[in-house]
Amino acid sequence: MEFLVITGVKLALILFIFMTALAYLQWVERKVIAHVQVRMGPSRVGPHGLLQPLADVIKLITKEGVLPPHVNKFYYLAAPFFAVFMALISISIIPFGTDITIPAMVIAGKTFGPYKTMMELADINVGVLLILAVSSLGVYGIALAGWSSNNKYALLGGLRSSAQMISYELPMSLAIAAPLLTAGTLSLRAIADTQKGFYFGFLPHWAIFQFPAPQIFSFIIFMIAAFAETNRIPFDLPEAENELVAGFHVEYSSMSFAAFFMAEYANMVTVCSVATILFLGGWHPLFPESMGSNLVAPLLMAAVGSVCLYHGLNPARPFDRITLPVFAVVFFGMAGLLAFPPTVPIIMPIFWFTAKLLFLLFLFVWIRATLPRFRYDQLMGFAWKFLFPVALLNLLVTGFLVALVS
Amino acid sequence: MDPAQVLETLKHGAVPTAWYLALSAVLFVIGVAGFILRRNIITVFMCIELMLNAVNLSFIAFAHEHKQVAGHLFTFFVMVVAAAEAAVGLAIILTVFRNRSTLNIDEIESLKN
Amino acid sequence: MDPLFFLLFAFIAVACGVNVVLQKHPISSALSLVAVMASLAVLYLLQGAEFIAMAQMIVYAGAIMVLFIFVIMLLNAGTEETKGRSWMALIFGVPAIIGLLGSLAYFMQTGMPKLGEVKFGDWKGGGAYEVGYALFTQYLLPFEVTSVLILIAIVGAIVLARKELD
Repeated sequence: MEFLVITGVKLALILFIFMTALAYLQWVERKVIAHVQVRMGPSRVGPHGLLQPLADVIKLITKEGVLPPHVNKFYYLAAPFFAVFMALISISIIPFGTDITIPAMVIAGKTFGPYKTMMELADINVGVLLILAVSSLGVYGIALAGWSSNNKYALLGGLRSSAQMISYELPMSLAIAAPLLTAGTLSLRAIADTQKGFYFGFLPHWAIFQFPAPQIFSFIIFMIAAFAETNRIPFDLPEAENELVAGFHVEYSSMSFAAFFMAEYANMVTVCSVATILFLGGWHPLFPESMGSNLVAPLLMAAVGSVCLYHGLNPARPFDRITLPVFAVVFFGMAGLLAFPPTVPIIMPIFWFTAKLLFLLFLFVWIRATLPRFRYDQLMGFAWKFLFPVALLNLLVTGFLVALVS
Repeated sequence: MDPAQVLETLKHGAVPTAWYLALSAVLFVIGVAGFILRRNIITVFMCIELMLNAVNLSFIAFAHEHKQVAGHLFTFFVMVVAAAEAAVGLAIILTVFRNRSTLNIDEIESLKN
Repeated sequence: MDPLFFLLFAFIAVACGVNVVLQKHPISSALSLVAVMASLAVLYLLQGAEFIAMAQMIVYAGAIMVLFIFVIMLLNAGTEETKGRSWMALIFGVPAIIGLLGSLAYFMQTGMPKLGEVKFGDWKGGGAYEVGYALFTQYLLPFEVTSVLILIAIVGAIVLARKELD
């Protein structure tokens, strides 16, 4: 009973935060791309366009869902559902912090707790394999959407997607296998915990720096394959808008159209979380506590708050006079919360995890704003002729080094 | 049987290994039926995969029965062979379709007589 | 909970297995087969075969069946036309199948040796460590032979599927 309640609370919390984060990821992406291209980005709905995700959601929900007459109805309606389902399922095994203990409480004369729980929904022995399995099932949503639309562009998108997913799955699995050799476990939580500690007192024990075989190449290969697995630029061939109109979702509208976007962003968050856990040490900080790693978060928030305050006092636009000081107060409040001693052991792991996650997500957006799209034969040639042999070689060298040391 | 007893078994009981074997047999028979009944060469091929899966279930059940990991390895090898088989088989199907533009196995009969 | 899960996923497996055979369109058959494989993976998990369950999902559902769907989409395979089914087959076939299944059930009841029971979590020998250890010690030779087999299959598939150059 206790287990069910705790799991239910965690489920609701994770789902709420995750969904909000997905909606705002869209806003972040549009803003970042706009600033890369020296534009303003969404700025009309709410201060600095902060309510834009809400407006988008309302627009997409209230739009009429068109069911084209020539589609295969069952699969046409099932495909977006399947894509979202597969994208959301893997977030349940991502750990994003250490254990937390909720102290005992007395509510209405009854004592509850103390509860000890992990910051994830489930810790399973074969977590890494489950992530791979779920990500390989994600292709069905796209392939079915392309096929059931009964449209040649959509079909081409679906075909491209399934070929691309199968091809990039191989280098991805090989890149994941290399850090597993040093970690010696398949549980994501245990993998993150093997990366605890520091060399010479300052160099973190993360897999990309780890002693017998630094996994920097695995990390790069994994990220390249992750771009392809999530169908992002420069590998967004399944939906290439100037070759295939919109690829596999050309016939979709309203919520089922939004579902594919949600799946794409959820997949992005998942692969970035996996990269964080496997290669960047999960929730372990960049430098030790004795050198003040706990101060980074409050100082960062305070700095952002000061910048907001400065621009609020010297406004470039009339409404900045009101909005930016409000943001400044919010950021100063967060700085205070992050520096508040009782919350530090709970919040610091989450802060470091989120910071690494956001950095990788920013990388995704940055590259989208920078690089052009691959040609299709280049895409396949790159996977099979370059990435796959390099990943194999990397695994071989890692295995050799690990065997040499042990 | 007493309904309460059935409920109790469903809630806390263990599954006899024989049930797994029976399920495996049923799936295998379904696979055989499809192999005989269907005419689309791709579906026939899928029915072979279904039979392989049924056999895998038996392997796993016996591995649990004897508490040995060997059954898992047999399953692993069956999977590897199935993957190789799918690659070659689908290549053959592609070639056949390119040469005859049909997938109906009744029409691919030039070796007959 | 064990029998409940078993019955649920066994039912899904059998229903989708029948669907593989009955569906007219290859895509429907293929997706039913994916469902069979997924429910079999759950049954493997119930028997403590964690690694094999995940391998089932990755290799079967994630690679082999995607390949099938790819080929079906590529060839644009339509629904299968039915012809030449005689009603005589129906008349004699249905009682024959019922009789066969009945005798099968009877022999299973009587002739089956007394086997043990499966309870989730009572045997933990199917993890990645155990499978990997056995694979690289006792079964090393079959493992190497399979790699040669896969190499041959790759070469064969490329030779077969290649378009004639001239």
